[in-house]
Amino acid sequence: MNTNRQHIIVIGAGPAGLEAAATLGAAGYPVTLLEKENHTGGKLKSLHQLFPGFRPAYEVQNYLDGRLEINVAQVITNADVISVTTENGKHKVILADGQSMNGDIVLIASGFQVFNAEKKEEYGYGIYENVITSPDLEAKLKSCDPLTSANGTTPRKIAFIHCVGSRDQKAGNVHCSRVCCITGVKQAIEVKMQLPGAEIFNFYMDLRMFGQNFEELYIEAQQKWGITFIRGRVSEIGENMDGTLQLKAEDTLSGRPMKMNFDLVVLLVGIVPARQTLAIGKSAGLALTSGDFLAASDAQLSPNKTTTDGIFITGTCREPLSIAETLTDARAASVSIIQYLNERQKKSECI
Amino acid sequence: MKDWGYSILKGRQIDIENNDFSISRFVAQHEPSFKWCIGCGSCTATCSAARLTGFNPRKINLLIHRGETTNLAEEISKCMLCGKCQLVCPRGINTRNVIQNIKRALNNCHAL
Repeated sequence: MNTNRQHIIVIGAGPAGLEAAATLGAAGYPVTLLEKENHTGGKLKSLHQLFPGFRPAYEVQNYLDGRLEINVAQVITNADVISVTTENGKHKVILADGQSMNGDIVLIASGFQVFNAEKKEEYGYGIYENVITSPDLEAKLKSCDPLTSANGTTPRKIAFIHCVGSRDQKAGNVHCSRVCCITGVKQAIEVKMQLPGAEIFNFYMDLRMFGQNFEELYIEAQQKWGITFIRGRVSEIGENMDGTLQLKAEDTLSGRPMKMNFDLVVLLVGIVPARQTLAIGKSAGLALTSGDFLAASDAQLSPNKTTTDGIFITGTCREPLSIAETLTDARAASVSIIQYLNERQKKSECI
Repeated sequence: MKDWGYSILKGRQIDIENNDFSISRFVAQHEPSFKWCIGCGSCTATCSAARLTGFNPRKINLLIHRGETTNLAEEISKCMLCGKCQLVCPRGINTRNVIQNIKRALNNCHAL
């Protein structure tokens, strides 16, 4: 399609943006990839190993970087997009530094941010030293430093709290963040591998093991690694004099309240739209989902199209997704864009 | 098993097809958040009465929804209406008003 020099702007160089930009670039389209940070990769860069197979995250990063280098000519980092506007079918992308550029197609891949755990004060994140979040733990695991409590000792009892900021009307998030369940299972096993003597408990409301080999990993966590799963949402965490934590939950399957002490508590924080996702969506006048993610024009038939012609969405700016799902979604979005451009070309030739 | 039509023991099965849902309907009508529960157990975890008695607000909610209301009056009497359950509920259920309306429903049983 040499005649078709439609310029595509991709916003966000996380896994979704990288895969889509490379796919569209490989198909012959001129693509500009904008990234707000000074490096590509997004949050994939902060991951240690991927569920459910414990694949090192850098392998996927290397794949994406390699494809990008071959297929995409223009990558602009430190490009913080603040708005997208549309006039006469052309889209204008405006950056925080005042620069702007025009595109025939805009693909938004601006991603998510994790729920701010400080909002759930009853869990004491930011107040108690031994309460950390799942990204905090991921960073510790990635660093390969030995895992310790705040005072430098080896934790013997560790709790994972599921659904922190997810399925929580009071936190403003009714939605399920989907990937925290399996992240909790993965991280519990990783901790147990490092500290075989530690006792690990996961507190959950429901465990949503929807993906391939997720349920298998959950069973492995129980049978091979001896991790205990308790069905009950933690209501509150308090700090003891010695810095250990006391945690309250109902063991709903036995119908009785319980109290336990832990050396370290990990909050599995949920996924909410990135600040930029919301700003871009609002400036472009896009419809939002109930969780403030960017809404598709049709959830089944065109999940990557928005209500505005020529603006497409992919990755976790749409909904919480795993890395594997994100890459699949990016390829789907690319095909959707190519089909859209082909149809537009045909129409203009008819006229 | 063949049902002979008579028994001296009441079965333990939840007879959801024949249970009486009048209390469930009354409470839901007067405090709609009663229906929002996802059974996480935060209320029971933090409940002062549950520490010392068999009181279990999550279970009471569930059983009323199943039409199982035997001993309900006695169970509800254990609640001290402190409202801690309301503070921790992730669904924002007005648990105190739920309890108050269960009491109203029980008091008005004949009128339902």
